[in-house]
This record gives sequence, C-alpha cells and structure tokens, in this order.
Amino acid sequence: MTVAQEKNPPVKLPNEPAITPQIVAEHGLAPDEYERLLKIMGREPTMVELGIFSAMWSEHCSYKSSKVWLKKLPTKAPWVIQGPGENAGVIDIGDGQAAIFKMESHNHPSYIEPYQGAATGVGGILRDVFTMGARPVANLNALRFGDPKNPRTRHLVSGVVAGIAGYGNCMGIPTVGGETNFHAAYNGNILVNAMTVGVAPTDKIFYAAATGVGNPMVYVGSKTGRDGIHGATMSSTEFNEDSESKRPTVQVGDPFVEKLLLEACLELMATDAIIAIQDMGAAGLTSSSFEMAAKGGLGLVMELDKVPMRETGMNPYELMLSESQERMLMVLKPGREDEARKIFEKWELDFAVIGHLTDTERMVLTWHGDVVGNIPIPPLVTEAPMYERPWTLTPLPAELDAAKVPAPGNSPADWQASLVALMSSPDLASKAWIWHQYDHLIMGNTAIRPQGGDAALVRVPGASKAAGHKGAGHKGLAMTSDCTPRYVQAHPETGGRQAVAEAWRNITAVGARPLAVTDNMNFGNPQKPEIMGQFAGAIMGMAEACTALDFPVVSGNVSLYNETEGRPILPTPTIGAVGVIDDIATSVGSRLVKAGLALVLIGDTRGWLGQSIYLRELHGREEGAPPPVDLAVERRNGDFVRDQIVGRKVEACHDLSDGGLLVALAEMCLSGSTGASIRLPAGAPAPHAFLYGEDQGRYLIATDDGGALVEAATRAGVPAVLLGYSGGPDIAVEGLLSVPLQELRDAHEAWLPGYMNSAA
Amino acid sequence: MKSAILVFPGSNREGDVAQALELVTGRRPSLVWHGDGDFEKVDLIVVPGGFSYGDYLRCGAMAAQSPVMAEVKKRAAQGVPVLGICNGFQIVTEAGLLPGTLMRNSHLKFVCADVHLKVETSQSLFTNRYQAGQVIKVPVAHAEGNYFADPDTMKKLEDRGQIAFRYCAPDGTVDGRGNPNGSSSNIAGVFNETKTVLGLMPHPENAVEPMFGGTDGRGLFEGMVEALS
Amino acid sequence: MKARVHVTLKNGVLDPQGKAIGHSLNRLGFPEVGDVRQGKFIELELAETDQAKAKARVEDMCKKLLANTVIENYSIELVG
Repeated sequence: MTVAQEKNPPVKLPNEPAITPQIVAEHGLAPDEYERLLKIMGREPTMVELGIFSAMWSEHCSYKSSKVWLKKLPTKAPWVIQGPGENAGVIDIGDGQAAIFKMESHNHPSYIEPYQGAATGVGGILRDVFTMGARPVANLNALRFGDPKNPRTRHLVSGVVAGIAGYGNCMGIPTVGGETNFHAAYNGNILVNAMTVGVAPTDKIFYAAATGVGNPMVYVGSKTGRDGIHGATMSSTEFNEDSESKRPTVQVGDPFVEKLLLEACLELMATDAIIAIQDMGAAGLTSSSFEMAAKGGLGLVMELDKVPMRETGMNPYELMLSESQERMLMVLKPGREDEARKIFEKWELDFAVIGHLTDTERMVLTWHGDVVGNIPIPPLVTEAPMYERPWTLTPLPAELDAAKVPAPGNSPADWQASLVALMSSPDLASKAWIWHQYDHLIMGNTAIRPQGGDAALVRVPGASKAAGHKGAGHKGLAMTSDCTPRYVQAHPETGGRQAVAEAWRNITAVGARPLAVTDNMNFGNPQKPEIMGQFAGAIMGMAEACTALDFPVVSGNVSLYNETEGRPILPTPTIGAVGVIDDIATSVGSRLVKAGLALVLIGDTRGWLGQSIYLRELHGREEGAPPPVDLAVERRNGDFVRDQIVGRKVEACHDLSDGGLLVALAEMCLSGSTGASIRLPAGAPAPHAFLYGEDQGRYLIATDDGGALVEAATRAGVPAVLLGYSGGPDIAVEGLLSVPLQELRDAHEAWLPGYMNSAA
Repeated sequence: MKSAILVFPGSNREGDVAQALELVTGRRPSLVWHGDGDFEKVDLIVVPGGFSYGDYLRCGAMAAQSPVMAEVKKRAAQGVPVLGICNGFQIVTEAGLLPGTLMRNSHLKFVCADVHLKVETSQSLFTNRYQAGQVIKVPVAHAEGNYFADPDTMKKLEDRGQIAFRYCAPDGTVDGRGNPNGSSSNIAGVFNETKTVLGLMPHPENAVEPMFGGTDGRGLFEGMVEALS
Repeated sequence: MKARVHVTLKNGVLDPQGKAIGHSLNRLGFPEVGDVRQGKFIELELAETDQAKAKARVEDMCKKLLANTVIENYSIELVG
C-alpha cells in the first residue's frame, strides 16, 4: 500500500503561474514565512502547495499570534474529557453522558454578506459538534453591532438575525440564548459568535486522529464549488475599503443539506464503521485532511479528481482551498465503504472514496494520475510560525468617585426618566424582536427561554432513563454567553476576570453547577503592542478566574485583525459556559410572577459607577476603572445562592450586571409582569450609586421567606439585605421613583422594533 | 391508539410530536420514511413540522408529491384521521387534503412565540377534550403560516364549521391582535369536510408538560386517544 | 431544449415580499415604483425536441409541482 510517490516531484499544471514574490504576498505569507516554506519543501512549491501552506499558516488555522497566550488558560478538571485541540470540548455530565460544545466566530464574512455569513457560522459550529458524535441540543449567539446611528447597522442586524434564524430553525436546533450589544467601535467590524451545545454518550465520542495504513478516506456531504476560496486568509487580515468587493469569497449555506448530513452522520456513527471524522470548515479539505493525518502520525494520498464537484473546470488548487459548506471527511474501517455509502445515498448526499492513509507522513495529491502536490506533514505543523508578539498592558485607570457622577436629578420625574431611558437604551432594551425569529422551543426541552433567566436551561434528552441517575427528575444543561467589552477595554485583566465570573454567575443564578467554558477571543491587530497587550491581559484575567472558580476552558476560537482603517473593536473575549443541574424541577428563572415575595440583595454594594451603563448612557462618559472582581467572594456568594435555589428556598433569581440593581429588578418585574417596591437599606451609598452601580458578585433573589434567607446568608458569611417586596402595578423605590410597569414595558419593548422598522 | 408519523428529508419536529404522543398514549408511534409507499395500518397519521426538502420551491410542495403521501391520500379517503402540524399543514394543503394554502407571514419574518387560540368547536375527534370558545395557549414557529383561500372557499369553510382554531387575544377576543402571521379570518387550523383531517400551524406537541411550555396542547392528544382507542 | 417557467402570485393575492420591495425602492429614491409583484423563475433543461410535446409536459410539471394553482399563475417559454 505504501506509495513511493513522495520521491517524485509534482508536475506543474498547464497555465500554472511561476511563484513570484507578489503571489506569495497575495497568499498572506510574510517573506520569512516563505523562506521557512522553501526550507521545508527543499524546492519551489506548486500553486496548490503554496495555497495549502498559506491556509495552514494563516492566523485563523495556526493561531500563530495567540498560541503562546492560550497555553496559559487552565484546561483540566476531573470532569473534562477533551480540552482544546479537537473540534469541540467535551465534559462529563454524569449518567454516561457528555456535553460537547464550542463557540466560534464568523465576523468578517458576516460583515460582508450578513445573511450568509451568519448562517454559515451557525452551520460550521453545528458541524464541529456533531462531528464528535453529539446531537446538538441548543444554539446560542453573541452578537456585537456598531452604533445604531451608523447607516449600515440596521442592514447588518436584519441580515445576521435572519441568517441565524434561517439556518438554526431549518436544522431544528433551538436557539435558546445569547446577547446583543451595540457600540461604535464595531461599526466596521461586527462580531458574530455562534455556540452549539450537543449531548452524546461518553463511550461514543468521535475524534479526528486517523489510524490504520491503507484505510479509505471518504468525502461526504455537498459537492465542492468555488465558495470561500481564501476565506481563512481573508479572516486573518485587516479590512480595507475594497473588502466589500471580496463578496464572491463568501460561502453560501444550505441548512437542508446540513440537516441530512447530521442525520446521516449520526446514523453511521451508531455503527462502528468510523475510525476518524473531521468536518471541513475553514480551509476546507486542506485543514481537515492535515488534521486527521497529523493527529494520527500518518500520511495520505488524495486523488483530487475524485472529489465531487459542483462546477466544471475546477482545479486542484480550488478543490483544496474551497470552503463549500456541509462537507465531512472520514476514515472508515476497511471494507465498510458500502455500508456507509448506503446510508449517505439514502439521505441523498454525495459519497466518494477520495484517498487512503499511508505511513509516509506526507500529503500526496494526485490529479488524473499525476502528482500535483507532495508535502511533508510533520514540519508543516511543527515548523509553523509562532510569534511572541510585543505587548503592552493597559494600565488600570483611576477609580471614579461616585460623588463625581451626577444623580439623575432631584425630582421623582427625573429618576423615573432615568430608568425609562436606561431600559430603552440599545444595550438594555428588549431583544424580543431578535429571539422571536429563532425557534427556541423545538425539541420540547426548553425549560428557561430567552429573557426567562440568566442562563438558558434545556432538559437533557434521555437523562431520566439513564442508569444510575440520582435525582428523581430530569437533568438539565444550563448555558450562557457573556462579556462586557467596555470593562475589557478599560482594563483587560479585570474585564477578562469579569467575563468569566459573570458567565459563572449566570449558570449559578438558575441553580446549576458551572462546569466549563468555551472562549471566543475577538481582538484587533495583534501586530500592535497595545492590542496584543489587551489579549494578554484578558487571558491573564480569564486564567485567574477560571482557576479560582474551577471552570476550565475546553474549546475556543480566536479572531484577530478586527480593525477597519486602524480602528480596532473593543476587545471582546466572549465566554460561553455550560453547567448542569441534577433535577431540572429545582431550577429557577428570573421572572417575578407573584406578589408578596421578599426581595433580597446578595453581595456587597459600594456603588461602583466607573464604566457603568448609567455613566455611558445618561452622561455620555466611558470612564474610570471597571468594577473589581473578588473571586473568593464571587465563589462564596455563588455557592450560597445555588444551595438556596436547589434547596427550594428561592422563587426567582437574577444576577446583577449591566445597569446594576434597579435594571435587574426592572427586568424581573417586566418578564414576570409583577411590580415591586423597595427601599434603600441603612448605610447604602448615594442612591444613584446604589441603584445603578455595577459592583460584582451580586444577585437579587425573590423568596417566600426573606428573614430566613437573610439569616442563612449571615450564617454563611454572605452579605444579604432585605430590600422590599414584589407586587402592584409599579416599580417603586421609596422616596425616589415609581414607574408604572406598562410605561416601562412600552419603552423597553419598543426600541428595537422601532429602530428596525424605521427608514434607513 | 396506534399512530404513525411521516418523516421527510428535512422534517424536524417528528421527535416533538412522538414525545407528546408517547406521553399521552404510553406508546411510541412508528416513524414512516417518505419513500415508503406502504406502511402498517394505524389509527392516526401525523404529518409533522419541519422544513421538508428545505422548504425550497414552496413549503410542502415537494413532500406532497412523495410516495408516502399518495398512500396517505388513499387512507384519508377511507376515513383514517390525519393530523398536519405546521409544515405538515402546508404538506396536506399542497396534497389537496385540505383547502387553501399557507403563504409567507405578512411581516416576512419567522416567528416563534406563544399564541392564544380560540377553539371553534368541540365536535371533532381532535377537539373533543376542549369546550367550544375555550382559549388555549400554545406556541407557533413558522415563516409561512399566513392562511389563504379564495372567497368561495372561505365561505364554505365558515358555513360548514370547518374552522378548528382561530388566533385570539388572551381573553378570547378575535380581532386580529393575536394573529402572528396575517392569516385570513385569523385562521390557525382547519378541518376537511368530514373533520377527519386537521391542519394547524401552532404546535400543541410543544405544550404538553408544565415546565416546558404548559399543558394546553395536551387536550388535543388526549381527545384523539379517547376518540380513536 | 430549455424551458423557462415564470411563477407569479395571482392578481388579488397579497404579495408581502413584493410590497416590501416596493416600499424599499420608494425609500431608496424611486418614487415612480407602484405595485411590485415578486415571482420565481425556473429554468429546465429538457431532453425533448418536439415543441408541442415539451410544452404539454412542462404544463403538467407546473400543475403538479412548480406552481400552486390556488394562488399562483405560471407561464412557459421554450428556447432553442
């Protein structure tokens, strides 16, 4: 079976251009990187070989700027089955079941063609998860758009949301959560971060490492067209004005085919015919085949003329670099090809044996019998460029004294107007216009819907029947995505710490145990020391928080060069997180649905207004240090809250974040259609600092017995204070304001539909 | 009660309705692949929601031409009850088992939300557990649920009592406020003349458990069990 | 030969997509645009060489699948 072809230099194809410095530059390879290539190859590459190096050494595939930093994140815990490095992370959720999840960006394609960019982002992350043998059970999306006043923003929101809906709804996977922010820093570079969570039996997880010399390599799914050629290199360079003319490189998704691919793959996975499987994502056939061979320490021969093609006249270069969607590469056990072919033909999908594994550790590509590419695999991976780029940490800004921030005014009308203004500001206004376009109920397992709690909660299929499950009820998976980019901008270490802590808090606030994290690192140009410093700082903060909270990172994605004409985005390390609750019946949401409940504030309030939404939205200032995160306090408060929830002492719970206490209370009241009245406790800081400050590690809890909860907290050394009770048609703060719920609702719910329906 | 759920390429709510039927009947329904022209004798045929054939060309158009639908038409003519939900409703109208058609939502967007439905009649095997005029809360999830029929057909539907459910306000008022898609006469579901075929856009199968959307949809499945067992 | 099939909504059937296109065009500075109807264009490659036979077959295709005659009209153009 071993081929000696690697000794033969590849032939040049007719019309193949000579490799010039210009062609090298167009492939995004720096001159020293090309030197490195020549040393590995020992000769000038062919075009297809150059294209392969270019894709594999792009920032997107090689993580060449970020790898040294990513290594600092904690990735291990007893419940981690698979950390970073595979298609997705895998954690043990008990009862012989695993949760498999990852978040990935599709930022640049979504800016150029929002519908298809976002749709294929969802398609890609779904494939990452079902490649590993999991049936996806939920999607989440973290979206960041530019200033609503920017002329392009409305079009981008509309296209991205429709694209996510179009793909996820057709696949039949509920989209249960996420976040949407607006900030002028994203005017030229929006962020579309898509996360998928799937469930699989722990003994049926599939990996990419190929084994078995001579085993067949099989291509399944859609045919290959010229979509997205150089997508991976495109997403690794800064934008400039002619990016808009790069439109043809954007891939087009077909969720119908992906649904068939999902069902066909799961059907084949139920047999034992598959040795290894890898989806074709960025850099398509190139990166998928390389990953499989490199991880298995093997070589391969691929007969490219056997790849199913959608267009005529395609060449090896295009076939290796195409980013056509809905395709998979598998290594099968010998002799199982017919069995597999039958399944894929039943689902009306292409199936082709396109090559086999060798022991040469070389990638040999043939085209109608001629060798057109012959690359040694190990050095392409081990000799890949890796940069320790210069970095400058952002200094911690001075703390902003709350006394230097004006109160909303003196009259109840001023106070009332401040709450209405905040609740109808772009970041805090209802996102119902968005999530009503997502099917969030399909599969019948959604226990906490969007706006129903800090984390989405989904019943784990089959859990109650799984042997050995302790609880009488169903097990649930809690999931969330979070990041506060303005904090990260002000001080990356604090911001990184805060993003992890808030994700942990979100999971805690529904009663679940936070287990692990997927991170989506969105930053500007890493060749600038201050941007690299943001990255480094964010990683340091995240690493510290993940360690302190036993919250390892199991998968992730890095998106750099999010800049347009030198203007970078806010540094945005989006944290996706998953937790588990043994009995879903013990969970709580954040909706305040009945009157007479005591409202108890957990955690300390200094009244931190630096970098607050209040400061930005009502005073137009983005200043000061972000609120500090004390991880020991975070853990102590969270563990207490979770114990109270699963002990059934809590009716509703909401963590305090953007907008502070009063915004959290308003959200609980609006989602549950019940008013509330509270008073400031003795010793509280200035009212506007107490009500709108964004101190961390806090929760607002509604309970039948406020006295007992405060007592239990005191015993546990957790600060707790009774603020008031639910009930009535208004939200009232004694002596300060009283806003009819209906008035607040009108403002809160009208902003986004009003914005989307207004003329450009 | 024995039931069969059809599965087309792109169906995606067959699991939801199977879960609901199993919960109510204690019996797992069989799944029937679209290419099967023949399948075992059953008391109820369900055409589930989803995006059969990607909803390409027109929702339900290609599924309506599949071998299994030819068999369904034959059995429906013999009186075997057929329930079409969402994409299933689109398929059964395309197959000619129900009058009218489902057009693009008037606001052009997909909508997933709880809606209120007024039960128009309890005189059918599908609705016998409800009272006429009762208001139930169940979710919708579709982009093409805007029911349309020509004026003659609409008149016949009204005259013969073939309207099963209408979108309404929480208090039962039918005035268009609760209508999520622009549907004519606020129609959410219709029967055939003999009331043995029901098509509806909302998803009663996603409202059968207290923690997962409430239990207002359960009556539909319980009613069928009572009528068909 | 090739058959080109145009499928449009019948007059009197509300066409929300057409309406949205019309509004957008008006907004974009094309006030002269009145009613807009949106449809589908389907091109079929046929092995048939006889015009009349081809036309009859495509008619059948339109009635069976390509158009929903409850709400849609179709027209057929044969080329080549």
